[in-house]
Amino acid sequence: MMVASVDFQTLSDAIGLGAIYALMAVGIGLVFGVLRLVNFAYGQLVMAGAYTLAFTSGWPVAGSILACFAVVVALSLAMERAVFRPLRGQSPAVMLVTTFAIAFVLQAIALIVDLRDNTIGEIASSAAPLNRSVSVGGVDVRKITIVAIAVAVVTLALLALLLTRTTIGLHTRAAASDFRTARLLGVRANRVIGFAALLSGVLAATVSVLLTVQAPFVSPDFALRDTIVVLVGVVVGGIDRLWTATLGGFTIGFASGVINGALPTDKTVYLPSAVFALVILVLLLRPAGLFAWGRHAAAERV
Amino acid sequence: MAEPALELDRLEVRYGPVTVVRELSLRVERGEIVGLIGPNGAGKSTTLHAIMGLLPVAAGEIRVAGVSVAGRSPESIARAGVALVPEGRRIFGDFTVEENLRLGLAGRRSANGGDPLAAAYELFPMLREFRRRSAGALSGGQQQQLAIGRAIVADPDLLLLDEPSLGLAPTAVDGVFGAFGAIRERGVTILLVEQRAQRTVALADRTHVLVGGLERMTLGPADVDDTDKIIAAYLAS
Repeated sequence: MMVASVDFQTLSDAIGLGAIYALMAVGIGLVFGVLRLVNFAYGQLVMAGAYTLAFTSGWPVAGSILACFAVVVALSLAMERAVFRPLRGQSPAVMLVTTFAIAFVLQAIALIVDLRDNTIGEIASSAAPLNRSVSVGGVDVRKITIVAIAVAVVTLALLALLLTRTTIGLHTRAAASDFRTARLLGVRANRVIGFAALLSGVLAATVSVLLTVQAPFVSPDFALRDTIVVLVGVVVGGIDRLWTATLGGFTIGFASGVINGALPTDKTVYLPSAVFALVILVLLLRPAGLFAWGRHAAAERV
Repeated sequence: MAEPALELDRLEVRYGPVTVVRELSLRVERGEIVGLIGPNGAGKSTTLHAIMGLLPVAAGEIRVAGVSVAGRSPESIARAGVALVPEGRRIFGDFTVEENLRLGLAGRRSANGGDPLAAAYELFPMLREFRRRSAGALSGGQQQQLAIGRAIVADPDLLLLDEPSLGLAPTAVDGVFGAFGAIRERGVTILLVEQRAQRTVALADRTHVLVGGLERMTLGPADVDDTDKIIAAYLAS
């Protein structure tokens, strides 16, 4: 029974979750690349986007999504400008603790908003029909899964083009690889960090839209658990390279999806335990990261 | 008379409590090649890092073409026409040769039409041939040429080189030193930090010997065969 339950539907859901987690992983990885900062408050950006979608649920879908992008990107840029930039060059511990603080502040604000106006919560979005299934080759797949995978593939492809084909992309990659040398060549530190924050915000907003379709009930801890799982995935994949971080995000999302499908319905409470047991095993076997082949670049940086 | 390309005025640089460069004053006129030699820990690299804005200036003044640059960020100094070829080359090994060169354009003040990478390709034709290759796959000497080419495409007025011959085979050293004359002909002023004392003294218009953060002696090309004088300068501490 357990094996039989890992069917095509479970696999497609797992890929869909992996796709969303991959987008979150890139958003976290981009900022880590240029700032060497693990942004624990990334989930609160997604949460802010979800609240924006809830507040604007009466609007036309396009307007609501646009508002979500505007709010999340503005918040991401404000976070960079007001907090990360002044703290640049501080120890990683200081920066990490600061992002915890931002996360709690944003969550507290969301809680106040939530208590004041208990009409919000469920997003009566016209995107909800995306949760219905379509039949692909005789197998039912939820439309949102297909949308999530398509959005992730297109977004990642666009991001890859932006990073490899444009000057600002080249500068950002250089800053992520060796910040000091990039600066002495004339690469403007504030501009690449701002660019990373902008992209990171766009990715968080995209994730808000995709997640709220699947989980339409918005609360202050929206996306919190997802963020923790993605952060773990990013570290397991290898945080110092964007593509290994992304792959790590995808892998942990996919693994969560499969394990969730494989566990009997009354045992799903064991999902986090099973996922994190797997994480410990991976880190014991490959402490440098699951996809960390050719470590030369990281070693050189020291 | 034009302002000197670079002027250090009683420059003092510290690492924490340790003073690494003391009261260093020197002038580099436009079009000159000036050498800076001395034993390890003499403060040569530190001086270049301070000029480039990578280290704070504790006291004194750094002027580039008459304008003070102390306290400015590295990227702003790069955009003021100063390029540093750092010790250990610091090329981006995962990037292609061409991408490395395009990074050098970040410090360029103005585009002047044509292929912006042409200057590097003229100086080192090998770079054009290998432009699609990963920079990490180049030999040490080729990587050094790439690092110099990357600095040249920024079209700097002042080029700072930090031990460009370090770790290179003798023939590769010839290739690197041979390029300095051609770079000077482009109107670029050069401040060269080196361990190869004799070659530097022979090449440079003037060579300052730095020991323990202090300038000990200034040598001219005529001193190149006076090995005793060079050794004496090193041992002066």
